[in-house]
Amino acid sequence: MSMINYASREINCKIVYYGPGLGGKTTNLEYIYNKVAPSTRGKLISLATETERTLFFDFLPVDLGTIRGFKTRFHLYTVPGQVYYNASRKLILKGVDGVVFVADSQIERLDANIESMHNLYENLAEYGYDLRQIPFVIQYNKRDLPNVSNVEELERHLNPDRVPAYEGVATKGVGVFDTLKAVAKLVIKSLG
Amino acid sequence: MEGRRYRQRTSEGMKPGGAPSWSFGASDSERIEEILNNLLYESNARCALLVDRTGQLVTTVGEQPEFDSAAFASLTAADFSANDQLAALIGEEEFNSLFHQGRRESMYLADVGKRLILVVLFNQQTTLGLVRIKIKDAVEGLNRAFEEVFGRAEGEESPALERGFVDEAEDEIDRLFRE
Repeated sequence: MSMINYASREINCKIVYYGPGLGGKTTNLEYIYNKVAPSTRGKLISLATETERTLFFDFLPVDLGTIRGFKTRFHLYTVPGQVYYNASRKLILKGVDGVVFVADSQIERLDANIESMHNLYENLAEYGYDLRQIPFVIQYNKRDLPNVSNVEELERHLNPDRVPAYEGVATKGVGVFDTLKAVAKLVIKSLG
Repeated sequence: MEGRRYRQRTSEGMKPGGAPSWSFGASDSERIEEILNNLLYESNARCALLVDRTGQLVTTVGEQPEFDSAAFASLTAADFSANDQLAALIGEEEFNSLFHQGRRESMYLADVGKRLILVVLFNQQTTLGLVRIKIKDAVEGLNRAFEEVFGRAEGEESPALERGFVDEAEDEIDRLFRE
């Protein structure tokens, strides 16, 4: 639900990072926060527990500048990955314009990835949204770890529609901007 | 007129090729700001913000806030949504207003037509009782104003973005998001 405000000539787009717990969603946002020019981003807001697990969401506004007279901004959100935080997770999806699914590539997390993907479909459906109609990209994160599934297997389980997918090592920034650029461009195209 | 339009896809939207939208023109905007200005005058509050339920700021009236208004709007929507869920858990349909009291600054939040949230910031120069009464009147006025806006939104064509917007935005994305 991008907001185009013709009064103040602003466009705000909401992009949500989704995926299983400890998959690297917050790490993606932290990397973006540290790497983009400080003048183009706002504060990184994190509603987290004392052990730095996301409790409600992280939020980072990033300013694209003025495009054809419109101040254009992306609002990046993460959701809490843990299964029992579903109520908060669903709230964050309200009005989403684009989704990034951050999968944890480790073999033992395959079931958690699949469960989280099902949960994403279900939560979107409750708002009347269809993931196949929304700008959507996948990041296979943690590719630097030794015990990872191969990408073909992850694709088979998580990406039947073959949306754009990127390999990532979010802690080192690998794939973080590729993923963000891909979803941001899809969102912008959906406005035009 | 175009310069005062406001468009928003509704939550029932997200269908490809033409999501439902609503917009308001100059007269709606003036009417809404008049209601908010009147509220500030009568309640002696400092600032009123309208935020939509997805966490985006729609308008601000009164003292311009010095804080990060994008963060404020996203937290406001989250606050309200979380409290909606709490209400449901205890068998209430909703909490249509929330009050947060600080030592010097306080804020009062009220639902507007289930789509927007009115936030009023005030300090010790007024009282909670007065703010609460005046917000009630303002919410009634805003509900009437937005009922008209939403009522005529269906079927109305949204103005298109200027040609070239997508290409230019894509170039900017490449420039901004690089190592």
